[in-house]
Amino acid sequence: MYNKGLIVSGLVIFVLLVTFPIWFNGLDAGPLPKPELPPNGTKECVAPAAEMRDRHMQLLNEWRDDVIRNSSREKIVVAGVEYGKGLQLACMQCHSNKEKFCDSCHDYAAVQPTCWECHITPDEAAKKEAQ
Amino acid sequence: MKYGLPLVAVIGLILIAWLGSMIPGMQYFFGVAVPYLAVMVFLGGFVYRVVQWGKSPVPFSIQTTCGQAKSLDFVKHNRLESPHTTSEVVARMALEILTFRSLFRNTKSELHDGPKITYESSKWLWLFALVFHYSFLVIVIRHMRLFLNPVPDFIVWLDWADSMFEIGTPALYLTDAGLLIGLIYLFTRRFTNRQVRYISLSSDYFPLLLLIAIGVTGVLMRMFLRAGIDIAAIKQLGVGLVTFSPTITTDIGSIFYIHLFLVCALLVYFPFSKLMHLGGVFLSPTRNMKNDTRQVRHINPWNPDIKVHAYSAYEDEFREFMVDAGIPVEKEPEPEEEAPAEAPA
Repeated sequence: MYNKGLIVSGLVIFVLLVTFPIWFNGLDAGPLPKPELPPNGTKECVAPAAEMRDRHMQLLNEWRDDVIRNSSREKIVVAGVEYGKGLQLACMQCHSNKEKFCDSCHDYAAVQPTCWECHITPDEAAKKEAQ
Repeated sequence: MKYGLPLVAVIGLILIAWLGSMIPGMQYFFGVAVPYLAVMVFLGGFVYRVVQWGKSPVPFSIQTTCGQAKSLDFVKHNRLESPHTTSEVVARMALEILTFRSLFRNTKSELHDGPKITYESSKWLWLFALVFHYSFLVIVIRHMRLFLNPVPDFIVWLDWADSMFEIGTPALYLTDAGLLIGLIYLFTRRFTNRQVRYISLSSDYFPLLLLIAIGVTGVLMRMFLRAGIDIAAIKQLGVGLVTFSPTITTDIGSIFYIHLFLVCALLVYFPFSKLMHLGGVFLSPTRNMKNDTRQVRHINPWNPDIKVHAYSAYEDEFREFMVDAGIPVEKEPEPEEEAPAEAPA
């Protein structure tokens, strides 16, 4: 074989790159995200859990567009419960802990939602009021 | 036929994954067995092909040059077009691999009334090929967020940079658009350029259609068909696969299995197709050889092992017969004791 050293080392580098996730994780899948259920015990959301898991980001952006761009602030009624259109008005009334709820999955999947560029969490809001 | 068959094949693959993943229990087949098999075929096939190429004899020093070779000191040497040292070869190869320099030279020939033929630089192929390949690279790196736990910072950063225009929800990746635009150009070029269409085969259309299908299913899954696309469950499967403990806990949407199956098809197809230019570009003798044939002798491995039989040795062996036959010899035979000369009658 010509240039055996070069070809073999190139192949080794290639195989190591392709199998990089195996070495990086070291056969340890790590902890799974466990989003905290609402501390206030609420069981009902604006949509079933599976649908919320798949589409919550789209729903939140629809709400954002409604409220901020179309100034349509009508409340949403699901199963007789009224929800204001908004992260703090609706979601965080029950899922009050950002770190234990939102961040658990977002960190796991390396998703960086832009919510927190404008919104603050209830904890932060309480702190600001106390000042 | 040349493009119909590949289209049918891609649609067939989509249908297999779509219908198959809906059969209870088949999720593990499409989500675990097929990906493992595909990666093994990909790696094994890739290594096999490269080793076969490495073993192939190179009978001649066949670098393609398009510049002045190194010559006398006062002749200007073109270092990139006719590399004479290893570092010049490395520079030439790097420009080819990273910037597709040979595509940059692409020309378009047109026949006008007259008849007159014109040649004109055509950079579109180079541009879209570059857009496609780099988009694909970024997409592959970005997908590592589904296999690595915790996700390294540079992948998080890449993900942010790629989606920074926040078009749609979840944000459209610019590389997804780049990949599809590049592929659609490359496909359209094959289809509409008469000369290229004439030389295009099924094996040219199939990878393009397969990659377009992979890109489209990926964008559909991210932005439109989100039913059953729970990213945490998908990452659990992805990390599970690379830690050899795969689990599928929820009903993941069919579009995911279609996307995954198409990628597996690409991986299996890869080592046995033109896509091997990924490895082949490094092993092209026309580019990775030095143009130093005036200094270094290139030995052809096919040359039989010939025992040298120089003329002097030949003459030593046959001198007497040569002399007898009246053939001139370089070295006269040692004078024998001569028989008494017969006196002429």
